[in-house]
Amino acid sequence: MTYLANIGRYGLMLMEMFKKPTKWGVMKKLILKEIDELIFSSLGIIIFISFFIGGVVTIQTALNLTSPFLPKSLIGFATRQSVILEFAPTFTSIIMVGKVGSYITSSIGSMRVTEQIDALEVMGVNSLNYLIFPKLIAMLFYPFAIAISMYVGIFGGWSAAVFGGYAPTSEFIAGIQEDFVVFHVVYAFIKSLVFAMVIATLPAYHGYYLKGGALEVGKAATTSFIWTSVVLIILNYILTQLLLG
Amino acid sequence: MIEVQGLHKSFEGKAVLKNITTSFERGKTNLIIGQSGSGKTVFLKSLIGLITPEQGKIVYDGVCLLELERDEQRELRKAMGMVFQGSALFDSMTVEENVGFPLEMFTKLSKGEKKDRIDSVLQRVNLIDAHHKYPSEISGGMMKRVAIARAIVLNPKYLFCDEPNSGLDPKTAILIDNLIQEITQEYDITTLINTHDMNSVMEIGEKIVFLKEGELAWEGTKEEIFITDNQAVGDFVYASELFKNVRSVYIEKKNR
Ligand SMILES: Nc1ncnc2c1ncn2[C@@H]1O[C@H](COP(=O)(O)OP(=O)(O)O)[C@@H](O)[C@H]1O
Ligand SMILES: [Mg+2]
Repeated sequence: MTYLANIGRYGLMLMEMFKKPTKWGVMKKLILKEIDELIFSSLGIIIFISFFIGGVVTIQTALNLTSPFLPKSLIGFATRQSVILEFAPTFTSIIMVGKVGSYITSSIGSMRVTEQIDALEVMGVNSLNYLIFPKLIAMLFYPFAIAISMYVGIFGGWSAAVFGGYAPTSEFIAGIQEDFVVFHVVYAFIKSLVFAMVIATLPAYHGYYLKGGALEVGKAATTSFIWTSVVLIILNYILTQLLLG
Repeated sequence: MIEVQGLHKSFEGKAVLKNITTSFERGKTNLIIGQSGSGKTVFLKSLIGLITPEQGKIVYDGVCLLELERDEQRELRKAMGMVFQGSALFDSMTVEENVGFPLEMFTKLSKGEKKDRIDSVLQRVNLIDAHHKYPSEISGGMMKRVAIARAIVLNPKYLFCDEPNSGLDPKTAILIDNLIQEITQEYDITTLINTHDMNSVMEIGEKIVFLKEGELAWEGTKEEIFITDNQAVGDFVYASELFKNVRSVYIEKKNR
């Protein structure tokens, strides 16, 4: 299939997903389960990564600020900017494509190869709505995970600054409060929300339209990871240009 | 009653179903037989609307499936039950939840009423002590029973079974075949069963449609299948030495 045909089918899939909704009593349970599966169970890895990446950003900045004329608060400032603008929303999202995205592709893909999706359709269930819609709704909470990532990232930076002896607490805190632009946080949340929508649906597409057997499920998870990452990177560029450029 | 007229389906230019016309009566076990790859699964899935054929008409008791909108098709499907080749149980759900799933989705029954209905169909398929097990924890034969229970829980008018006894030992296979036939008669359902198993043909073949490379090569009853001189049917049936003998005994008995 050509790229264009795939894009078309992806669009149709998204539209079909909103038709003939599953009844609310059932959908509510599905959404709660997905929030647990996609958001809560990812917090551990998000916190772990954010803390250490924040620390590394701080160390790198400190090591590059060798001139004695530059204030130490710049370390805090640079850490805050990098974490809020890029590391929390983008870096975390790429990790999430690996974790959540491959989980979505392989769980939906294995339902496809074992005819569980056909079974849903035979019963008269809109399988796209049943399987993907709750993931999309659950991922609306993703910006909260990114907010946590921001806090922890900056906290990681502070820890590295203080315990590595690169900057005292007072200077670091002054740095993270310097020239604070609220829109930068808004920009980061807009980005995370867009990424969340892609992470919920593009890997699902790869699983849903899978053909073949168990081997193809593994392959689809890989293909899905690559394409979803590529799409995120491109969207990151476009959104940055549009919102900050 | 399901009527099929001039059904045609191809994949990437290769015809898989070629101009099939036939009909299936209510209260009977209708068998679709043929070698692997002869188009049985594609035929069944086309009838249900999971695969859209290029040409043809599929009429469910007067209602033309292919003239319905996608949502209307989904409504009609609530009157259908299907047992998939690999059972297709939801592996994140217990046996009880699998069987109760259509009730949960489409009825307003109370918890107690659902429980009663689940118990009664599970009892009907002779499964009484597996309610809380997951599909990965039960045997293939039990999975088939659960799949049948799930397919009949909403009292369907039409039941489709894709190779319901493949992968089962001969004894369990016959039990499953008989179970499907009993259910068909008890609830007066139009039942279609895909199989390549001659034992099933002998057990429950009330009407048999023989597919060869996507063509309807022969149709008839299990009595007729042994005396037909259709070459293709002969090749299929008498691939097994046993059935050559069965045939001679059968003809002998008939002539006596
Ligand atoms: N989705 C599909 N795409 C392409 N070819 C298919 C597809 N589904 C089935 N076929 C082909 O159609 C033929 C009939 O398949 P099938 O109905 O599964 O056979 P059976 O169930 O009788 O073993 C096979 O040659 C198979 O390769
Ligand atoms: Mg088949």
